[in-house]
Amino acid sequence: MKDEVESREDRVAGLKGMGCSRKRVEDARFTQGKGNYVDDLKLDGMLFGDFVRSPYAHARIVNIDTEAALRVPGVLAVLTAKDLEPLGLHWMPTLAGDKQMVLADGKVLFQGQEVAYVVAQDRYAAADGIEAVEVDYEGLPVLVNPFEALKSDVVLREDLLAEDGSIPDGAHGPRKHHNHIFTWEAGDKDPTLEVIDNADVVAEETMYYHRTHPCPLETCGCVASMDKVNGKLTLWGTFQAPHAIRTVVSLISGIEEHNIRVISPDIGGGFGNKVGAYPGYVCSVVASIVTGKPVKWIEDRMDNLMTTAFARDYHMTGRIAATKEGKITGVHCSVTADHGGFDACADPTKFPAGFMNICTGSYDIPTAYLEVDGVYTNKAPGGVSYRCSFRVTEAVYFIERMIEVLAIKLNMDAAELRRINFIKKEQFPYQAALGWEYDSGDYHTAWDKALKAVDYDGLRAEQAQRVEDFKAGKTRKLMGIGLTFFTEIVGAGPVKNCDILGLGMFDSCEIRIHPTGSAIARLGTISQGQGHATTFAQILASEIGLPADSITIEEGDTDTAPYGLGTYGSRSTPVAGAATAMAGRKIRAKAQMIAAYLLEVHDDDVEFDVDRFAVKGAPEKFKTMNEIAFAAYNQAIPGIEPGLEAVSYYDPPNMTYPFGAYVCVMDIDVDTGVPVIRRFYALDDCGTRINPMIIEGQVHGGLTEALAVALGQEIAYDDMGNVKTGTLMDFFLPTAWEVPNYETDHTVTPSPHHPIGAKGVGESPHVGGVPCFSNAVQDAFRPFGNTHTNMPHDHWRIWKTANELGLHG
Amino acid sequence: MSKKQHYKITVNGKEEEFLAEPRELLIHTLRERLKITGPHIGCETSHCGACTVTVNGKSVKSCTVFVAQADGTEITTIEGIGSPDALHPLQEAFKEHHGLQCGFCTPGMIIRASKLLEEIPNPSEEEIRFGMAGNICRCTGYQNIVKSIQAAAAEMNSAKEAAE
Repeated sequence: MKDEVESREDRVAGLKGMGCSRKRVEDARFTQGKGNYVDDLKLDGMLFGDFVRSPYAHARIVNIDTEAALRVPGVLAVLTAKDLEPLGLHWMPTLAGDKQMVLADGKVLFQGQEVAYVVAQDRYAAADGIEAVEVDYEGLPVLVNPFEALKSDVVLREDLLAEDGSIPDGAHGPRKHHNHIFTWEAGDKDPTLEVIDNADVVAEETMYYHRTHPCPLETCGCVASMDKVNGKLTLWGTFQAPHAIRTVVSLISGIEEHNIRVISPDIGGGFGNKVGAYPGYVCSVVASIVTGKPVKWIEDRMDNLMTTAFARDYHMTGRIAATKEGKITGVHCSVTADHGGFDACADPTKFPAGFMNICTGSYDIPTAYLEVDGVYTNKAPGGVSYRCSFRVTEAVYFIERMIEVLAIKLNMDAAELRRINFIKKEQFPYQAALGWEYDSGDYHTAWDKALKAVDYDGLRAEQAQRVEDFKAGKTRKLMGIGLTFFTEIVGAGPVKNCDILGLGMFDSCEIRIHPTGSAIARLGTISQGQGHATTFAQILASEIGLPADSITIEEGDTDTAPYGLGTYGSRSTPVAGAATAMAGRKIRAKAQMIAAYLLEVHDDDVEFDVDRFAVKGAPEKFKTMNEIAFAAYNQAIPGIEPGLEAVSYYDPPNMTYPFGAYVCVMDIDVDTGVPVIRRFYALDDCGTRINPMIIEGQVHGGLTEALAVALGQEIAYDDMGNVKTGTLMDFFLPTAWEVPNYETDHTVTPSPHHPIGAKGVGESPHVGGVPCFSNAVQDAFRPFGNTHTNMPHDHWRIWKTANELGLHG
Repeated sequence: MSKKQHYKITVNGKEEEFLAEPRELLIHTLRERLKITGPHIGCETSHCGACTVTVNGKSVKSCTVFVAQADGTEITTIEGIGSPDALHPLQEAFKEHHGLQCGFCTPGMIIRASKLLEEIPNPSEEEIRFGMAGNICRCTGYQNIVKSIQAAAAEMNSAKEAAE
């Protein structure tokens, strides 16, 4: 018997299924320089397209003279809005129900806006051509502040006014000013205001979550190739949602969808930057149709930072009410959201402020009210979810700052204040005041584990001593303890309330088992570094009993992969991962019938065991999945079709709610403003863990992007609408030198509604990390009267805080 | 556009001769002209290091070097330090220790690390973090990159000792 038990363990290990740190199958090509990114693509006769961009943030275009450009050697064509207008392509729909100029139609609304598209033989000729295009601009007043925009007589979007000058409703209801986009509300206004008016204690704070950018190392780009012989358009590109891009291209170009093939090759990071549709895609497609040749467009870094997909830019005001003992009774959150010149936010249609209504966080708050106003300004469009589910980073930052502000008001320890307000384990599934139903959680266990791991009481004692020493002139360094307990909402989402441009946010997996017991599975998602080819094979290995090493995972080719909504918002594991498990179970169901036939018993008399079906009570009588796969192709089995394939389209019944407990210990030099992260502890609960190595890697990466945003990364504008941070000289990306080592930890609270209990993890560390780093900075100054300072906490701002608090003597 | 000039460079042991405009950037010579697409373009301002190659024994960011400046040099890219049958210890270590995610920075990262380990065969963590600070990774948070380089250094040093 002992031998048999061991061999079963060996069989499990041999599958490399869920729970093991399987090494990544992607790495062989990446470590040898053999990745296949879009700019690596070379096609015969391929041309290069690039944009003339506006130097002004708001200007009328008087004239565009392309004559000189067309004389530049190597330049073939220059497209302007006038060329696109007959095709109806000078404007395009945005994901948020607005429309956006593909090429400037009479005016420009932000610096860097696409004005003309030069098509040339190579990128040098294109650059020469751009230099030669002459554009006459007439400057208009610039609005970079959303509060001023809402009061200004200056109309940014004349195209949205009615002929009589009135303001018709927008995609999300009434607009109250010509620069106003929408008002979105959640929760109960009057009861919340009443609770706040009558509360023992109310803490109030205004905070600005600054504009930043996902800035993946690979910029956005595409290659469009119109095959006029066969009438087929192929579009390769850095698309986080290739299937949705195909549908969008079809809808706006009129090319039938079956004649469009969209391919996302290897993608060099996305983080939300590559979800939307950009003018570069449209112009490249048009240029390929016009010239009959493949046309490549690749952003440079400045184009990327200045024009495609900013994130955040939320001005948030909060009021939080509590009893004297610290029990929170209500929250009011009011947001003014700067959306730039066009509303191109990437959110599910019914959620113009994303899932900002997760802003009650991890706490049992009986009453809440959220209102968000979207505003047009002379800044770039975007509003994407930078390594987070839709606006969840903003929501978590809001509540995790408000908790700290309340703790100050109550003169309470912020860890204890969190503890007494957590949703209790037995309250799940938990109905939150702003509408969401949290699937599962055990917050107290995670919090206690985290505080114990870092010796929280010891840290507070050390910090108190440090303050004494500082006051006594013995040190110039303060110590901050940053706390965060976050709950994410990911895995959008149920088709009943989540769609993008009317496309329900399900996802898919299709599996084919080959006769010799290997397999290929295709998914509607697309990896941008998450390691899908590794982890989805692990899910399947556990579900169907074939080794992960014998399963190829393919994504990103719309001609072969089943339709799916793509990879963002941590939705791959919650949605496509579920589809993978469900498709695997369909394979298993058919395999069971084949096994029963081969073993000459009834279907119900065999059971699945790791990599085989065995006769119940007689484990020595079995058929391996390898044998079953072969039988599926070589035996005529009565009542069963040949072959072994399955497809699943999975519509999740709910979102998933990963959570975590983070602690950051920081030393701050008061005289230089330099923060040094001494320790960072991250406990994540993402439900069932598929590959611990990859989870840890995601946490390291997400925390580092959080560090960047909290401590310096920003898209800043001057009053004229000039972007001040358009290169990596000014836009902060941390190097190995600035980044600490992280300690990772976990608890496991499976999602009750997900087939394998997994919740997703890629974005948690970013969502939880930003407030944790920020809270550490703020906490260092708490003993000196600081309540809140805005991010990014770069050296200058930290120094300024110290100075304003009188710490420089 | 300016007049084309004659250039000769040696890339991964192979001599290449061609006519090019002097303003052509070395990264484009490699990627567009010679179809060596391991080195990538991430910023075009020498900040990110995705384009790092070795030129005459030194780590160089090829996005800000004109081909005219590279005339007559010997260049090694990621394609030149290992083969599928005999990976460089750094290539093995990055796979083993999850030192990469999207892979876009990896060729520059590994080729830079290969120089670092020539400069400092047994570097401390601090020396690795300082020596690699010219190469940006957006995915990994560097912790596993440091680990990978440490593992490769140990492997290379023990192989060297065994050979001596």
